[in-house]
Amino acid sequence: MSMSPRVLINSALILLLALVPFIAEMIDDSFYVGLTTRILILAIAALSLNLLIGYGGMVSFGHAAYIGVGAYMVGIGAFHAFEDGVDWMLNGYVQLFGAIFGSAVIALVIGAISLRTRGVYFIMITMAFSQMLYFTAVGVETYGADDGLSIYSRSDMLGLIDMSNENSLYYLVFFSLLILLYLMHRLVGSQFGNVIRGSKSNEARMRSIGFSPYKYRLVAFVIAGTIAGYAGFLMANLNDFVSPDMMHWTRSGDLIIMIVLGGIGNLFGPLYGAVAFLMLEELLSSIPLTIGGLRVGEYWQLLFGPLLIIIVLYARNGIDSFLPGKDKRS
Amino acid sequence: MNWLLLLEQVLNGFQLGILLFLLAAGLTLVFGIMDLVNLAHGSLYMMGAYFCATFTGWTDSFLLGALLAIPATFILGILVEVIALRNLYARDHLDQVLATFGLILFFNEFVRLVWGPIGLDIPLPAFLNSTVEVIPGVPYPTYRVAIILIGFFVAGLLYAIVSKTRMGMLIRAGASNREMIGALGINIKLLFTLVFGLGAALAALAGLMAGPILSVEIGMGDGILILTLVVIVIGGIGSIKGAFIAAIIVGLIDTVGRSFLPEILKLMVAEDSAATAAPAISSMLIYILMALVLAVRPQGLFPPKGVGR
Repeated sequence: MSMSPRVLINSALILLLALVPFIAEMIDDSFYVGLTTRILILAIAALSLNLLIGYGGMVSFGHAAYIGVGAYMVGIGAFHAFEDGVDWMLNGYVQLFGAIFGSAVIALVIGAISLRTRGVYFIMITMAFSQMLYFTAVGVETYGADDGLSIYSRSDMLGLIDMSNENSLYYLVFFSLLILLYLMHRLVGSQFGNVIRGSKSNEARMRSIGFSPYKYRLVAFVIAGTIAGYAGFLMANLNDFVSPDMMHWTRSGDLIIMIVLGGIGNLFGPLYGAVAFLMLEELLSSIPLTIGGLRVGEYWQLLFGPLLIIIVLYARNGIDSFLPGKDKRS
Repeated sequence: MNWLLLLEQVLNGFQLGILLFLLAAGLTLVFGIMDLVNLAHGSLYMMGAYFCATFTGWTDSFLLGALLAIPATFILGILVEVIALRNLYARDHLDQVLATFGLILFFNEFVRLVWGPIGLDIPLPAFLNSTVEVIPGVPYPTYRVAIILIGFFVAGLLYAIVSKTRMGMLIRAGASNREMIGALGINIKLLFTLVFGLGAALAALAGLMAGPILSVEIGMGDGILILTLVVIVIGGIGSIKGAFIAAIIVGLIDTVGRSFLPEILKLMVAEDSAATAAPAISSMLIYILMALVLAVRPQGLFPPKGVGR
């Protein structure tokens, strides 16, 4: 197997990511480890949403809700361990199970209802469901309501992984992403993936050859929600904080932006997109230009909004279209 | 149960419903005719309120401020359509959602830059800052009555425009078959631009009327946008009648639910768990309603006739 330029570029990115903690140590700035951990967690969430939007044509606008569910499992666990002395709730494996199982069940319920609808109705009903979860979190006073919940102690992984060590958390996230990239690669190439992608382009044909698109879509919806729940588990450990804001519909919008930035329906697209999104945020908000006493960077969304429109209008295949060669599966 | 409070809350519900209808009408016209999902509709609502606050400050008259804010937002809407959205009609919904999401980011930041991070107040004029007795012995703020009356008036006007005038005929024709009315020699680009401007003006009307009772602040359009989306999805996208009925239903359920749900819950569960659960559940009521409606009728309650989708 010869290496195509695309595979080379992807490999170089992965290699670079593998070295981030070493590079940060060399330049003596651990800020970059935290930032990159954040990027990779968002890449995991975007990767899962890409299964729905990119491969399945299901534009879910409530994906941040599952991140929130996963994150709250860590927050609630730490809260009860700290406040009421319920030690087992600090157990990272219990929290992880809660995050994965909880987000899977919620995705199953939301998916079962939402997938009865199509197109713009689907966009809106998924958005509405995520708002329901958002308002639930805002309404529950015990867990901080809209102020959120500080996490005083990260998930206890029984000595296997030290979550409070920034580097080991980074590598947990990094290897999670690698494994999920591989699994996603296998998934979309399998018969299951073929049905999902086939239903996107021609649902009637899938039905006539004997597949029920609804069931396949629902399974994809649950898989995507579960992975996002796992991303939430990681995110809570990184931030030491959960709040309803994580599930707000605009956070779901950010995830969609990442997918489109990176190139839709492409295995590595969400990773490039998450990198590009947070880099743009960092770069635009640190523009040193000052006009009339106003620092331009402070109003970075004034630039980011129109930039988004320009990307949609003129570069809709995202970063992927700038890479040489073609991704087989897109 | 306190019947006077219930009556007051029903009126408040109508008033929220009317505001939602003004927003939903614009959103559903734009979607029904141009097939454009415009998430930035809430931003036009916000801009309408900020324009009104500014013009009211300049002219010292809420009425003049309102009369200036509507055409100003109409023009802003037309600019947005011409500059950013015109090229998106042929694109899929995902592109439209993203580009209009970009507009939301832009407008929220724009307002922060121009008007600062702290919200504005629109003072009520003296002649509206009083109460009237809707039924003997029940005083109700004049201003809220005015909102309800203006809302019904505008709904009637909109109905007349859409069903009786030439522009309305073109709008309806455009909704069922875009290519055909273009082929008949109608300037469809201009028609779309005008309809978008009309939607913006309606959003501005809602925003400036909400201004004195809610606060005029950054992001005020984002929350109500979601409510409006719920309204048009329940009503059936593209149907003005559906939007009207759904807006009133959503307005009533949301308002009445918020004030009476704690009481109702107390009858069923322990008092302190009712007090905890009530705020969350009452914010969720309309989303539960939407899920129920869509589970039974995926096309909404009143899907428009003749719109193929």
